[in-house]
Amino acid sequence: MLKIEYIYWLLGAFLVWSAWLNLRDGRLAMAGFWAILAGPFLFGDAITAALADGVRWPAQAMGLGVIGLGLMAARGGMRAQGDDTEAEAARRAAARRLGNRLFGPALAIPLVTLVLVLAGPYLRWGATALIEARQATLTALGLACVVASAAALRVTRAGVATGLGEGRRLLDALGWAALLPMLLATLGSVFAATGVGDAIAALVDMAIPTDSRVACLTAFALGMVLFTVIMGNAFAAFPVLMAGVGLPLLVIRHGADPAILGSIGMLTGYCGTLLTPMAANFNIVPAVLLELPDQYGVIRAQWPNAVALLAVNFMLMWWLLF
Amino acid sequence: MNYWPLLGVATVVAGFVMRRNPVLVVVVAGVVSGIGAAMHPGDLLVLLGSSFVGNRALLLMVATLPVIGLLERFGLRERARDWIAGFRGLTLTRFLLSYLGLRQILSMLGLTNVAGHAQTVRPLVAPMSEAAAERSVGKLDVEERHRVAALAAATDNIGLFFGEDVFIALGAVLLIQGFYAQNGIELEPLTIALWALPTAIAAFLIHALRLVHFQRRMERAARARRAGGGAEEC
Repeated sequence: MLKIEYIYWLLGAFLVWSAWLNLRDGRLAMAGFWAILAGPFLFGDAITAALADGVRWPAQAMGLGVIGLGLMAARGGMRAQGDDTEAEAARRAAARRLGNRLFGPALAIPLVTLVLVLAGPYLRWGATALIEARQATLTALGLACVVASAAALRVTRAGVATGLGEGRRLLDALGWAALLPMLLATLGSVFAATGVGDAIAALVDMAIPTDSRVACLTAFALGMVLFTVIMGNAFAAFPVLMAGVGLPLLVIRHGADPAILGSIGMLTGYCGTLLTPMAANFNIVPAVLLELPDQYGVIRAQWPNAVALLAVNFMLMWWLLF
Repeated sequence: MNYWPLLGVATVVAGFVMRRNPVLVVVVAGVVSGIGAAMHPGDLLVLLGSSFVGNRALLLMVATLPVIGLLERFGLRERARDWIAGFRGLTLTRFLLSYLGLRQILSMLGLTNVAGHAQTVRPLVAPMSEAAAERSVGKLDVEERHRVAALAAATDNIGLFFGEDVFIALGAVLLIQGFYAQNGIELEPLTIALWALPTAIAAFLIHALRLVHFQRRMERAARARRAGGGAEEC
């Protein structure tokens, strides 16, 4: 049976390999960075299992590793090498030679993922499923990457070392941005565990006149956006705002329809996701991937949509809720 | 009520406003928030470490890098550009609008990880958008290229966000249903999902208008450039 853990181990091995290549090139900060990041992938299950048994030091060591990653990213020295014109000429020549065959492996990532997700429940070896149902989509994505890698090696007739080396080049180019989504989700968990959500909900409660429908709805909508901007994630904002404003004031006191409030309320939070650097995997990582000079370039391109959709959502809720 | 953990939020806001390294800002904010809640350092380390491990699925996009890197070295992005440039009647608006619709429909079917910034935007959608834009306005300058690429990434985000809420068996809808169930209100996932449709349609229409507007502005700028260039030659 194929589990997500196998994909994590492969990923961990790739990170260790990238760390080794950087160490060989004398780029110590980058090497240390990827080596620490390999930890959760190679030892993640062991850390979780140990914690469940009451053994705390592996998780604490990982916690120290997280702090170490922060300090390393801040010290800099994590700059990737640039492109040269000679490489560009080689790329143009290869593109002419290989033509549309280059699209095959690239499209294999989405297409194989799609096929594995749809066919997954029917792929069985005797009684056991070939792909474990838990996190089947992510496992399928990982498998699709392996299949696509094999196809890419075949089409380009390159060696495995070249492929991994090119992967490492992109990883180095991403640098700390690659890590940011994971760290922000961690921060979300820390905020939840330290009671940040409850404190904000208490402040909101003190601030709004609860008798007014419009005031409650405005507080809910703007609260969803603001809290999503701070946490980088509408999923984190939703329970806080629902518990603080949505359920007690809008649903129970003013009789709002819970299904509509939940659905459009969540989408109001997504307007905040379009606006915030905290949603790094959507807003900062692509800016780095696309080599934009401004790290807020993607947010700049989408903020008008966010504002317009916030207005649409507010009006929809106003018409439909009560 | 202990308000001291809010210092963590203040740290985040201050860090992003001052454009400090985001990784450092986030780590410091976590530590500040823990100290504000008077957590024992050992407990804080456990919390940091175990949440970090728990969220490792978010790094899965790194698995696409070796494939994309290899294909790029053999000219994938150049080929994507040339291929799109050969289509007659294709404009930036039409291309990105098709991608937006496709992305929304895929997300509605729960296929959110099929596309994405590493999988599709960098290797295919961004270079194809540039080529589509160049078909109607001629060679782009560096700043225009960056704006078109940013717009391609924004299109991917909008298609993902305002499609996935319509899918019943995934994240958002289950979170909403779970919240109400905990509070004694039973709802069908399908009713929650259907109420996401009006916003999904609005998201498509608003982005369509913006794309039309963006393309018109680029065409105007290109005409002005050509006219200006002509005047200089006289």
